[in-house]
Amino acid sequence: MSNLQEKLAQLENIADNPGKQLDKLVAQGKKVVGCFPGYTPGEIVQAAGMVPFGIWGAEIELSAAKKYFPPFYSALAQSCLELGLTGKLDKLSAAIIPALTDTLKCLGQNWKVGVPNVPYIHLVHPQNRKIQAGVTYLAKQYRKIAKELSAVSGQEVTEAGLQKAIDNFNKHRAVMREFSETAALYPDLISPKQRNAVIKSGLFMDRNEHAKLTAEIIAECKKQEPKPWPGPKVVITGIIADSPALLGILADNKFAVVADEVAQESRQFRADVPKDADPFVGMARQWADLEGCSMAYDPYKKRGGMIADMAKKHGADGVIYLQTKFCDNEEFDYPIVKKDLDKAGLPSVNIEVDQQMRSYEQARTALQTFAEVISA
Amino acid sequence: MSEQKQSERVPAKILLRDIAAKAYQKAWDAKNRGEKVGWCASNFPQEIATALDVAVVYPENQAAAISAKGGGLRMCEHAEGMGYSNDICAYARISLAYADLKSAEEMEMPQPDFVLCCNNICNCMIKWYENIAHELNIPMILIDIPFKNDYETDDDSVEYIKAQFDQAIKDLEKITGKTFSEERFKEVCEISQRTARAWLKAASFCAYEPSPLNGFDLFNHMAVAVCARGTVEAAEAFEQLAEEYEQAVKEGSSTYKGEQKYRVLFEGIACWPYLRATSTPLKEMGINVTATVYATAFGVIYNNSAEMMRAYSYVPNCVSVERAADMRVNVGRENKIDGAVIHTNRSCKLWSGIMPEIERRIRDELKIPTVTFDGDQADPRVFSEAQYNTRIQALCEVMAGNKEAAK
Repeated sequence: MSNLQEKLAQLENIADNPGKQLDKLVAQGKKVVGCFPGYTPGEIVQAAGMVPFGIWGAEIELSAAKKYFPPFYSALAQSCLELGLTGKLDKLSAAIIPALTDTLKCLGQNWKVGVPNVPYIHLVHPQNRKIQAGVTYLAKQYRKIAKELSAVSGQEVTEAGLQKAIDNFNKHRAVMREFSETAALYPDLISPKQRNAVIKSGLFMDRNEHAKLTAEIIAECKKQEPKPWPGPKVVITGIIADSPALLGILADNKFAVVADEVAQESRQFRADVPKDADPFVGMARQWADLEGCSMAYDPYKKRGGMIADMAKKHGADGVIYLQTKFCDNEEFDYPIVKKDLDKAGLPSVNIEVDQQMRSYEQARTALQTFAEVISA
Repeated sequence: MSEQKQSERVPAKILLRDIAAKAYQKAWDAKNRGEKVGWCASNFPQEIATALDVAVVYPENQAAAISAKGGGLRMCEHAEGMGYSNDICAYARISLAYADLKSAEEMEMPQPDFVLCCNNICNCMIKWYENIAHELNIPMILIDIPFKNDYETDDDSVEYIKAQFDQAIKDLEKITGKTFSEERFKEVCEISQRTARAWLKAASFCAYEPSPLNGFDLFNHMAVAVCARGTVEAAEAFEQLAEEYEQAVKEGSSTYKGEQKYRVLFEGIACWPYLRATSTPLKEMGINVTATVYATAFGVIYNNSAEMMRAYSYVPNCVSVERAADMRVNVGRENKIDGAVIHTNRSCKLWSGIMPEIERRIRDELKIPTVTFDGDQADPRVFSEAQYNTRIQALCEVMAGNKEAAK
């Protein structure tokens, strides 16, 4: 195995086994805090001396969660709760669940009731995020959360400590942006599954360590000359794109993911936390400046245009809209994104994804057809 | 009521029906005069638009009316043809379809020049209004009420909400060219309070045994509590409604026909396409709805502006599971319910996502039986009459057994 493949396998192993990674971190004496979708302030967790750990559901059987959710709930929310109810996340010291959508509001409330041994930390991102009052409100929320986290870890979150964590996270973000560009240039070296694994593994690791490993992967790639890619190039968008089956179908059809607009992926590192005299305000400004996310208020509906620009910049032939089943925020965005892509002359396809999916045959057929259409 | 005899009065239910119609006519008149007209979320602080004398209409009311009159399926399917998933709230689908078609025989209303959104009932509202604003290229005003985990609303939230009120007023002045008057705002708040108190008083008569009203009446009267609560006519009509119920209590009469053997909480938005199908089995078994948290959600009570900000954050879908459960338990206890009928509303993720836990708390605290049924507030494809009837029958049997045991 080459150096590159070894390093990729290392991160793939972590991305595929978050449970083991959690055990490992706790065995090292670290306190770990569950960071649910999306925009959970990992910087504050790190400044409180703990490890932020992404919780984005899992492909598992649902049973206990059905006592809390009706069947028409996203598998992502249900499986997060299932993991908690069945004790799989007992090693977490706390769980931060933002109330960004109606589904997430209910997940937070059900977590509080059903998983009392892992304390629930409530976070409301203001939707009127661009006005000063929204920024002030969120900065106060973050200060409140900092106190709650300090109580869990016993380490006070100071402004200096938070600024240091923000700097660490921004460095990590810069590396991840570079990785995304690199993966677009070397689809022959990095498959869609590996691209996802490198990004996803960062959710479960100390960010500094993850940045170092990712930088090594980038350096390994750059030792080679990029080769022309014979298959179709695409931008993917949605909440999550981590299904191994689906990523396998992309590889089978020679799709190269040249950029993403996915909540679990680039949206996490697309923009840095801006510098501010008050680091809590800086973090609030990052949310205020965010664009193109279905969970953040946007009457101008910029997402479609942003994806079209992203596709043009990266020479993509089309866009794959990965619709998380029962996620109404994404369902509302789709018709408008589709119109914008059509206007830009970009072919697109909507593929429904669900962590409870047993058969991907429909998705396979649709993606095969899409590959043929955009390659023609 | 002094000199005028009860019998000579126009009944409150007629007055209320006319007020709702008048509110929509007022919007048409404004539109025809060339004034700007808005589409407004049901729990947006209407005091702002009323004080500015800006006409607004309510898409939620319209969607309910369209679906009650049989147009829900046609409109939902049109929205699905536009690319909207059938998973999306049916009110939103109907509204998006109406914005596209600009006509629905069941209920017409003027097209909007702006939208007023408030997410204290759900964040789905934001997405729905974003799309309307974008598609029609019109401005959107949002008042964002933070979802609460604590029992009470904190001062930080109040401060944030207050700043948004100020911003919304400025934005609406700019959009409509009208000038805000603090004095008029105060007056509208007072009228709204009078309406809210009268509405809550009328609803409180459900506590009597027998109840002077059929609980389903509240669903019909609610339109006025939504669309005209800042008007004197609405306040007077609800005051009259309360007087009529008071009189009915004295006379032992009721708008519920037949013996009231059982009293239940009806939880959730009405199943508008199946009002008859959901009310008839109840009537046949002598069950009256004496409690609902939905109707009283529009009785927003406050004494000053800080309390007003808080009041708009205490609507049922904006509060923690503990407070949401207590709201049901309290209204159930006050109105002496024997059981609860819970609508698992396919359209409403927020409501349905904490309802199983709330149901457990209702059962535990009130020691009463509960049943759920699958339905939807406006999409007729979800409800099953057979399932509903079976569940109501089962509930009735347990309630009968409980009554027997209590003898």
